[in-house]
Amino acid sequence: MSESPVRLLPVDESSWRLEAYLGRGGYAAARKAVTSMAPADVIAEVRRSGLRGRGGAGFPAGLKWSFVPQGGAGPRFLCVNADEGEPGTFKDRAILVRNPHLLLDGMVIAAFAVGIPTAVVYVRGEYDRVAGRLREAIAEAVKAGFLGPSVFGTGFGLDVIVHLGAGAYICGEETALLESVEGRRGQPRLKPPFPAVVGLFRAPTVVNNVETLASVPGIIARGADWFTGLGRPKDCGTRIFGVSGAVRRPGLYELPTGTPLRTIIDDHAGGPPEGVSVKAVIPGGLSAPLLRAEELGTPMDFDSLAQACSMIGSAAVVVIGDRTPILDVLKVMARFYAHESCGQCTPCRVGTSWIHKVVSRLAAGRGRPADLDLILSLADGMKGRTLCPMGDAAALPIHALVTKFREELEQAVGR
Amino acid sequence: MSYAPSAEVLGRIDRAIAAYPEKAAALLPVLHLIQGESGWVPPEAETWVAAKLGILPIRVREVLSFYTMFHRKPAGRTVIQVCRNLSCTLAGAEDIIGLLRAELGLAGGDTTADGAVTLVTVECLGNCDNAPCLQIDGVDHGRVTRERAAELVRELRGR
Repeated sequence: MSESPVRLLPVDESSWRLEAYLGRGGYAAARKAVTSMAPADVIAEVRRSGLRGRGGAGFPAGLKWSFVPQGGAGPRFLCVNADEGEPGTFKDRAILVRNPHLLLDGMVIAAFAVGIPTAVVYVRGEYDRVAGRLREAIAEAVKAGFLGPSVFGTGFGLDVIVHLGAGAYICGEETALLESVEGRRGQPRLKPPFPAVVGLFRAPTVVNNVETLASVPGIIARGADWFTGLGRPKDCGTRIFGVSGAVRRPGLYELPTGTPLRTIIDDHAGGPPEGVSVKAVIPGGLSAPLLRAEELGTPMDFDSLAQACSMIGSAAVVVIGDRTPILDVLKVMARFYAHESCGQCTPCRVGTSWIHKVVSRLAAGRGRPADLDLILSLADGMKGRTLCPMGDAAALPIHALVTKFREELEQAVGR
Repeated sequence: MSYAPSAEVLGRIDRAIAAYPEKAAALLPVLHLIQGESGWVPPEAETWVAAKLGILPIRVREVLSFYTMFHRKPAGRTVIQVCRNLSCTLAGAEDIIGLLRAELGLAGGDTTADGAVTLVTVECLGNCDNAPCLQIDGVDHGRVTRERAAELVRELRGR
């Protein structure tokens, strides 16, 4: 894919510096938007591109921007979601380390389009070192006049705050993220009202993922038609697929949406190691229901994965080899969701901890005949019954795993 | 016992507060700064922070207890965070965790008897192409073999 026209991730070590970014045509898109376009036209162009959120939910970015009430006084905020807690996901880290100015370029465009003077980048606590490079990039951009009180010498200004999280998966959920920025526990808010209307500090707020914003400069510089020409209709462009687990070349691969899962695993990540075959694949982070080996032909885009009863999520591909007992995977899932449930909604708080207890006794060889059905019924009891998507994010992958690998699990627990 | 940060940290705390439109929003950054200096957030610091930000002490406590990276008990001078989520488990994380605990001489608890090192297991450090991975005081280490893990412990002992 060397001819791929998108370069979210340059590879040379000095690529993150402002000088290198300018050498790649950096900030031309933000300059074009801020100095020669009307905000409404910027929103229209991003809407026309069909760019969907790269964090997990896949909401169209331009549409999200258009929900912020136009005009009027009072503050507004752009929150950049760099929480990246979905297990298996490491793409936003790479953007922050290797191309932080691309993110800032996209942030300037988004903030200008929506009329926002203040941006908060929410970086997960574990990325403190990673955030150091972002802070340096911000200082470079302020010095160059690309951020700060007068962006490109115009009347538009944008200040950026870097806010460090402190270890909580739930803060990747957009309203939990807002709570966390305000100095509270990361417990999701009831929606509506949506953040576009009542968000950070009760003001209209846009929350976008790092990779989503990093995709915006290309759309403004080259036009929406260029972007829609890549990937699949209704889910255009490229994505950064992060591959880990049982492959020869784990890493990040930027490819058009709709690339078949098998192509990503075999042609790009080198396929499984010698003597190992694929047992199952998690296609979009731990919360995406896993696919069996015979489903590897699935194209990696929103609709195709939804048809396969999974989701593209964060496009984090975790390959599970045939030598890994599926019970080991279930153990990790059950422990993770029980640990990360914020505790606010009973079905999620109690459901995840019961599932964890049941899976733990299965793993300890003390399983009971009805345990697998009990897990399924607990998962069913969580689905659609929580304030935020975490209830489903825990229930669906566990339900899929137990259903698809029931035979192996029954053998493992001695029946 | 009352708490007071050093003059330098106090300056950084004041700058953090000034960066936000509302004082209370600086709670996480302020707690990070205090922990960065003290190694943990002692109870006296909780009341100090509450007064500083104009919020109730209970709010400081509930935030401290919610986020896993904050320590409410003294932690080792060095903190190792080892990932045990899926990509790392597939790459042998449990084996590495067992070896680290043995090399550090950890029996029941998570901190060595001399208070030098705390070992905690965490869920995904976002470094999955370098599994199994860990962080030592925030610095990433990837593709950690058994040999490398033992070597890291020896390096820590040499500090």
